[in-house]
Amino acid sequence: MSLFLIAALPFLGAVFPALLIRAGRNAAASAAGLTTFLALMGLLIHIPSVMRGDVVTARFDWIPALGLNANFMLDGLGFLFALLILGIGLLIILYARFYLSREDPMGQFYTYLLLFQGAMVGIVLSDNILLLLIFWELTSLSSFLLIGYWKHLPEGRQGARMALAVTGGGGLAMIAGMLILGNIVGSYDLSVILQNKDLIQASPYYMPALILILLGAFTKSAQFPFHFWLPHAMAAPTPVSAYLHSATMVKAGLFLMARMWPVLAGTDAWFYIVATTGLVTMLIGACIALFKDDLKALLAFSTVSHLGLVTMLLGFGTKIAAVAAIFHIINHATFKAALFMTAGIVDHEAGTRDIKRLGGLRQLMPITFTIGTIAALSMAGLPPLNGFLSKEMMLEETVHTTWLHSHYLVPGLALLAAVFSAAYSFRFVGHVFLGPQRDDYPHHPHDPPVGLWLAPAFLVVLVVLIGLYSAAIVGPLVAVVSSAVIGGEKLPYYSLKLWHGFTPALYMSAVATLGGLFLLALHNRGEQIWNALPRPEAKVIFEGVIGAFTTFSHWITDTLHNGVISRYAIILVAFTVGLGYYAYTTGTIGPETREPLPIQIIPFIGWICLVGATLAIMWFHRNRLLSLVLIGVVGLIVSMAFNYLSAPDLALTQISVEVVTMILLLLSLNFLPTDTPWDSSAARRWRDAAISVVAGLGTGALIYALMLRDFAFPTISEFHLANSYKGGGGTNVVNVILVDFRGFDTFGEIIVLGIAALIIFALTEAVLGTNVRGYLLNRKPHWPQSGDSHPLMMVVATRVMMPIALMVGAYIFVRGHNQPGGGFIAGLVVAIAFLMQYMASGYTWAIERQRFYYHGTIGWGVLIAAATGIGAWFNERPFLTSDFGYLHWPPLEEFEWATAILFDTGVFLAVLGAVMLALDSLSRFAWQPGMAQEFPMDINPLRDDQKDDEEKEQA
Amino acid sequence: MEALVASAVGIMTAAGIFLILRRRTFPVILGLSLITYAVNVFLFATGRLALDAPAVLNKYEDVPYTDPLPQALVLTAIVISFGMTAVIVMIALSAYLSSKDDHIDMTAQDCVDGAGEDA
Repeated sequence: MSLFLIAALPFLGAVFPALLIRAGRNAAASAAGLTTFLALMGLLIHIPSVMRGDVVTARFDWIPALGLNANFMLDGLGFLFALLILGIGLLIILYARFYLSREDPMGQFYTYLLLFQGAMVGIVLSDNILLLLIFWELTSLSSFLLIGYWKHLPEGRQGARMALAVTGGGGLAMIAGMLILGNIVGSYDLSVILQNKDLIQASPYYMPALILILLGAFTKSAQFPFHFWLPHAMAAPTPVSAYLHSATMVKAGLFLMARMWPVLAGTDAWFYIVATTGLVTMLIGACIALFKDDLKALLAFSTVSHLGLVTMLLGFGTKIAAVAAIFHIINHATFKAALFMTAGIVDHEAGTRDIKRLGGLRQLMPITFTIGTIAALSMAGLPPLNGFLSKEMMLEETVHTTWLHSHYLVPGLALLAAVFSAAYSFRFVGHVFLGPQRDDYPHHPHDPPVGLWLAPAFLVVLVVLIGLYSAAIVGPLVAVVSSAVIGGEKLPYYSLKLWHGFTPALYMSAVATLGGLFLLALHNRGEQIWNALPRPEAKVIFEGVIGAFTTFSHWITDTLHNGVISRYAIILVAFTVGLGYYAYTTGTIGPETREPLPIQIIPFIGWICLVGATLAIMWFHRNRLLSLVLIGVVGLIVSMAFNYLSAPDLALTQISVEVVTMILLLLSLNFLPTDTPWDSSAARRWRDAAISVVAGLGTGALIYALMLRDFAFPTISEFHLANSYKGGGGTNVVNVILVDFRGFDTFGEIIVLGIAALIIFALTEAVLGTNVRGYLLNRKPHWPQSGDSHPLMMVVATRVMMPIALMVGAYIFVRGHNQPGGGFIAGLVVAIAFLMQYMASGYTWAIERQRFYYHGTIGWGVLIAAATGIGAWFNERPFLTSDFGYLHWPPLEEFEWATAILFDTGVFLAVLGAVMLALDSLSRFAWQPGMAQEFPMDINPLRDDQKDDEEKEQA
Repeated sequence: MEALVASAVGIMTAAGIFLILRRRTFPVILGLSLITYAVNVFLFATGRLALDAPAVLNKYEDVPYTDPLPQALVLTAIVISFGMTAVIVMIALSAYLSSKDDHIDMTAQDCVDGAGEDA
C-alpha cells in the first residue's frame, strides 16, 4: 500500500464513525476499527523491505517554491512507531467500544481518535520537516479534542487547555528550530538533513536550533519542567489516556529525538541538556508517582518517569544507549497501555480509582488481577518480563556514563529512580489487588466482559513473550530500528537476553527491587513526610502565568482599543505624518526633470472653485445639506479635471459615481440630524487643524515633487500601450487593462463591490427587523414635504428619457473596448436611468415594475465574468486569457469581437446590481404605508396643508 | 498646472483629515469622500500629467499617449470607493436609527455595557 494511503486512511476513515453512529455504536466502532486495520495491513506488507533495511518512499511535490513537499518515507524507526500507533490504536478502539457508556457520543470519539491517529502516523512517516510540523500541530489539536472529550467535566476542559497550551507552545518553538535546521542544510527533506551531521553541528545556529527543537520534543514528551500537563490530561476517558499517554502522543517527542539523533546527538550540549533533563524527569516522575492515590495519576507520573528514562538514554549519545532506548520504547508501550486499560477496568467495575478506597480485588477480579500484576511487575523491572530487559540495559549504560567527571552521579540517581519505580509498581499491585477484601467499594467489582480485558490481555502476553524470547520476537525489529536511529552505521554489539552474568546492572536491579519493597512497606510513614513537605503545585503556577498573560492582553486591548474612533484616526494620521517626515529627512530626491505644464485660465477657475468649495466644507460642515452641495462641486471639478488631463474614462466614471453618491448621501441625510453640533473644544479643533494642515502639506508636496520628475524605473505602461491592440484587440488601453491585462483584479473588484452591496442589504434587513421600523413609520420629516410628491413634469421627462438613457448605456458599453466607455461606466449610467424612475415616480411604483432581484444581477455578473475566465481553460490557456478576432458583415464596417466583452458584461451587471441594491436598501427606510398610489402622478393636498392643519389644531 | 493639482490634493487631504477627526458620523463620511478624491487624484497624477493625449490608440498617426495604468487603477478605485461610502453610510445610519446617537466614539459606559453583553 502506498505510504500516502496509509497516512491518509485514518483521515478518510474519520468521517465514517461520525456518520455511522446513527446505525449504532457497533457500526461506528467497526468503521474505526476497519480503517485502522486496513492501514495496519498496508503497513505490514512493507515488512520485508523494511526488514532488509530499505527505505520505502513516496514523493509528491506540493509547494516546491517553499520546499514543502508531501514526501513520506518508511524506515525502521517510522515502521516501529507506525506499528505502535496503529496496533495499539486497534486495541484501544476495541477497548473503548466497551468502556464508553451509553451517554457518551461515541461517533465523535472515534472521529477524534482517527484524526489523532492520522496525525501521528503522518509525523512518523514524514520525510519533510515542514510536513512533519503540520502533522505535529495536528496532534496537538486533535489531542485537545480527545482530552476534553468529556466536555461537561471542568477538569477535562482545563486539562485539554493546558495540554494544548504546553504542547502547542512547544510546537511553535519547534517550528522555528526546524526552519533554522532547514536553512542550515538548504533543504527541508529529512533524508537530506540526516546526511549533513557535520554541516549542522559546525553551524553557529546549531545551539538555537537544538534548543528550539528540544523545546518541542520536551513539551510533547512531558519532560521536566513541562511534565505537569500530562497528569492533568488524565481527566480524559481512560482509552484516550491509554492511547495518548502510553504509545503515541507523548512518544512523539521521543520519536523526534530519535529521528534527529544522527544529526543532533553526539555533542556536549546534547548530552548535558537531554540526558540531564531525562534523568531529572525520571527521578521526579517516579518519586511523585509513589505518592499519588489516583490510579491514573500514578500511571501518568510513572509515564513521565519512563519517558525521562528513554530521553536520558537518547541523551547519552552512544549507539548502544540508543538501542536500549528503542527497546524500552517497545516495552513501555506494551506494559503501560495494558496498565492504563487495567486502571480503566478497575475504575469501571469498582466505581473508583482511588487507591485508598481499593484493595483486595484479587479474588473479585482474577483476570484483571493477573493482567495488572504481570504488567506492573514488568514496569517494576522484574525478570523474566520485558521491562526487566530494557531496565537492565539502561542501568548498564548509566554505569558507563560520567557526568561532569563524576562516575557515580548518573548511576546513583538512576538507581534511586529505579527504586521508586519498583515501589510504585508494587503499590499498584499491593494496594489495589492484594490485601484484605473490603465491603465499601462504590460498585460490586467483578471481572469485565471479554471486550474490555481482551486488549490488555493481548498486550500482557506480548510482555511475557518479549521477556522470554526477546531475541526471537523483537530482535530483528530492534536491530532495524536502531540502525535507522543511528543513521545506518554499524550496530554495536548487544544481546537481548535475560541472563548476562553477574554484572553491575544485575546488582542494581536487585537493589532496586528490594528497595522498592522496603519503600512500600514504609509507605504510610513516607506519605506523612511527603504530605508535610511544601511542593509547588504546577497547576496553580500555570494558571497564574496564564492569568497574568490574560490581564496583560486585556490591558493592551483596553488601552489601544477603547472604542474612541477619533483617537485611532489621530494616531494613524500622526504616525503616517511622522513616517513621511522621517522619509523626507533621511531620503534623497533627484533634480526636477520635467517642465511643468502651463496654467491656463479655465483650469485655474476650476481650481478656485474646488479649493473654495473644499475650504467652505471645512468651515460650514455643521450645516450638513450645504456641505453636501459643496462636495458635489468638488466631485464635479474633479471629473472635469480628469477630462482635461487626458483621462476621459475616469471623467465618465467619476461623474456617474458622483450622481449616485449624491443621491445616496441625500437619502441618508433624510434620516440623520441636519446639523452637526459643537462637540470639541477650540483647543482640540486647533490641534486637529494643525495635524490636517501638516498632512495636507506633505501629501501636496509629495505629489508635486513626483509630477516634476520622470520615473525612477522604467514603467510597465509601455508594454500595455504596445500590446493593447495586438494582444487585447482594443484601442482603449484603459479598458483593455481592466478587462484583459488586469482582468483578475477587476474580477476581484466586482466581487468586492457585490459583497459591499450585500452587506448593505443585510444591514437593512437587520435594522428593519428591530424597533427601528416603528420609529421610521412614525417619524416626522426634517423638512416640510411637497404635496406634489411626484411632479408631473419630472415623471413624464424621466419616462421619456428611460429608453434614451438605456441606449446611451448600451452605446457606452459596446464602444468601451475601443473608445472611452466600458462595463463600469455603462453599469453606472444604466443604474442612474433606473434611479431616475425611483425618484420621479416613487419607490413603490418602481419596485412594482421591477422584474428581477438585484442580488441576482450581482450574482449573474460575477458568474458570467468567472465563466468567461474559465472558458480560457478549455483552450488550454490560463484563467481569463481573452481571445479576439474580426468580423466583416457587409454592409457594416469590419468590426472586432473579443471574449473580453463577455467579461465586461459581467462587470456591467455586477456594478448595476450593486449600485441598485445599495440604493434600493436605503430607500426602504423611507417606506411608509399609504405611499402606494394607484396613480403615480397624484397630488396629495393633505401634505401641502399640513402646516395649516397644525396651526388649526393649535388654535 | 502641476502646482494646481498638487495644491488641490493637499487641500482636499487636509480638509478630509480635519473632517474625519470630528466626532459625528456625517462629517466623517464627508471627510472620507474628500480623502477619496484626494487619493484618486494623487494616484492618477503618479502617471504624470499630459494634455490632449488620452490612452486611446490612434491607428493612423503616431501621437503621444498618457500613462494608462494609473487610470485603470483609479477607475476601479472610484467604483469601489462608492461601495465603501455606501457601506459606511449604511452603518452610520443603522447606528443612528438604533441608538438615536451619531457619535462615533464609544464612551467608557458603552465599553462597560458592551463587555457585559459579551460575557
